Amino acid sequence: MRSQLTPAHAVATLLIVLCATIPYLAPALDEPFYVIVFARIMIWAIAAISLNLIMGFGGMISFGHAVYLGIGGYAVGILGFHDVTSAWIQLPIAIGLCALVALVFGVICLRTRGIYFIMITLALAQMVFFLSVSAERYGSDDGLNILWRSEFGSGLIDLEDGVVMYYTIFAVLLGCLLLQWRMVVSRFGMVLRASQSNDTRVQAIGIPTYRYRLAAFVIAGVMCGLAGFLQANLERFVSPDMMNWHRSGELILMTVLGGTATLFGPLVGAVVFLLLSETLSTITIHWHLVFGPFLILVVLFARGGVMGLLGSRTTRD
Amino acid sequence: MTDGPRDLHLEARGLHKRFGGLQAATDLSMRAQQGEVHAVIGPNGAGKTTLVHMLSGFLRPDSGSIVFGGDDITGLSAPGRVQRGLARSFQITSVFREFTVLENVVLPIQARQGHSFRFWQSAMRDPGLTGPARALLEEVGLGDRAATRAGHLAHGEQRQLEIAIALATNPSFLLLDEPMAGMGPEENRALIDFLGALKKTHGMLLIEHDLDAVFALADRITVLVYGRVIASGRPDEIRRNREVRTAYLGEAHA
Ligand SMILES: Nc1ncnc2c1ncn2[C@@H]1O[C@H](COP(=O)(O)OP(=O)(O)OP(=O)(O)O)[C@@H](O)[C@H]1O
Ligand SMILES: [Mg+2]
Repeated sequence: MRSQLTPAHAVATLLIVLCATIPYLAPALDEPFYVIVFARIMIWAIAAISLNLIMGFGGMISFGHAVYLGIGGYAVGILGFHDVTSAWIQLPIAIGLCALVALVFGVICLRTRGIYFIMITLALAQMVFFLSVSAERYGSDDGLNILWRSEFGSGLIDLEDGVVMYYTIFAVLLGCLLLQWRMVVSRFGMVLRASQSNDTRVQAIGIPTYRYRLAAFVIAGVMCGLAGFLQANLERFVSPDMMNWHRSGELILMTVLGGTATLFGPLVGAVVFLLLSETLSTITIHWHLVFGPFLILVVLFARGGVMGLLGSRTTRD
Repeated sequence: MTDGPRDLHLEARGLHKRFGGLQAATDLSMRAQQGEVHAVIGPNGAGKTTLVHMLSGFLRPDSGSIVFGGDDITGLSAPGRVQRGLARSFQITSVFREFTVLENVVLPIQARQGHSFRFWQSAMRDPGLTGPARALLEEVGLGDRAATRAGHLAHGEQRQLEIAIALATNPSFLLLDEPMAGMGPEENRALIDFLGALKKTHGMLLIEHDLDAVFALADRITVLVYGRVIASGRPDEIRRNREVRTAYLGEAHA
């Protein structure tokens, strides 16, 4: 049942190759700045993939997904502030906290549907946002500088090395793409996608959908927390802005822009979104006025996003 | 693949259901025997679908109880009832439109094989799922449509798929809510034959407006009007019943 190669495949391949070679390509082109741009893009792509998992394949439109970016980031920031810089402590805490928060939030909001689901995810995320704003000890609005990137020890993965940092992000991105693909085609993914299509019928088949949707919600939260962990390390900085509702909105836009429910849509969306906003903002300070309508046009007229335009029609592309 | 000779009758005992000011079921009792087709007929809005919703666990009755296979299942969830062998189809076609026909049938087969917390292996490349799914599609006459998207099927084929999905859960008892709805006469006859053959292995509650189908298939008929049972009995008894004739058959078979 393989569909034939489409331009969507070509674009996806090209992007992966580009991500893999930028640390060598950018200096050669005398544009070293592109290394950090692509590192950022890949982190956003990881977050967008995690959102796509629940929104694209499960129909759960979370308007608070950036909260896990913040939690993953603050795990690095706050522990670092207290001189705990070992990744072997930071990472499990980041993952555990994201899983716990996603579990609690999921239990609360998965009972609802549609606009209520969107509003409740937003409200819950804003609670954590305000918590971070009110944490004076950790810099409140101003955020927290991170002196030392997470340490894996014994020269295993030295994130202080820019190239290692870059390829760590790249490896996580590949891992998330792979995981997304397997999950979507697996039995778990069948239930998730079917429940988006017709939840009542899935129950009438004998599958209690709630626990599967909750599991997907938690997995997505953890994956996004990983992006937060990487972002904090890359920028050496965390602030409440990481989990502002704007960020959640941008994640949704990226995913829709790239093409929801496609495997490479989130990556493509992150690339287009960040490059476009970067370029437009250097041309005019009123770039939002151009960007906003552009996004609306894409959502209205290209429902499959960029990947849809390029001929990607199924979940397997 | 059906289980041994357990007592798998389905029984409703004194069900009441009210929607605001509307009484959709009033002291509704009935008993559908294993190995029989029990038809429920009645005019539009009589509460037939409401009854199916209650029996399948999608609506909780205000009072009364439901017994299946000797157990009280009134408090059991909808998925829980399917796992016990009580499956249903929907009056309004309720297939997974974005899925292929094969995927539509793989999902219920996957469900009966246990939990779906399996994150890696491709479901559609698992012969343990696609094998039985293809066999079932052949059986219901959709074999050559396996790769088609369900949303692209003709109406009659979607109705066939609707039943195939319910069958794929490997039920011992089927609740069929107007399976013939919107089908042509040809398809209608084929479905009657198909359901007639199913009778040997499955208990069936058949909601149907098409009285030819009802009298061709039913061993027992219950007549529902305004949420009340006004008659219940063998087909010939129902045919003779005066109250039924005036309330229902009269207008349909003038
Ligand atoms: N969820 C609901 N809320 C309010 N009223 C409802 C609801 N479901 C059904 N009803 C009402 O209950 C009555 C019985 O409806 P039901 O769908 O069970 O009838 P039916 O016998 O299946 O009719 P049909 O032959 O048209 O399918 C109708 O008057 C209907 O409008
Ligand atoms: Mg009905």
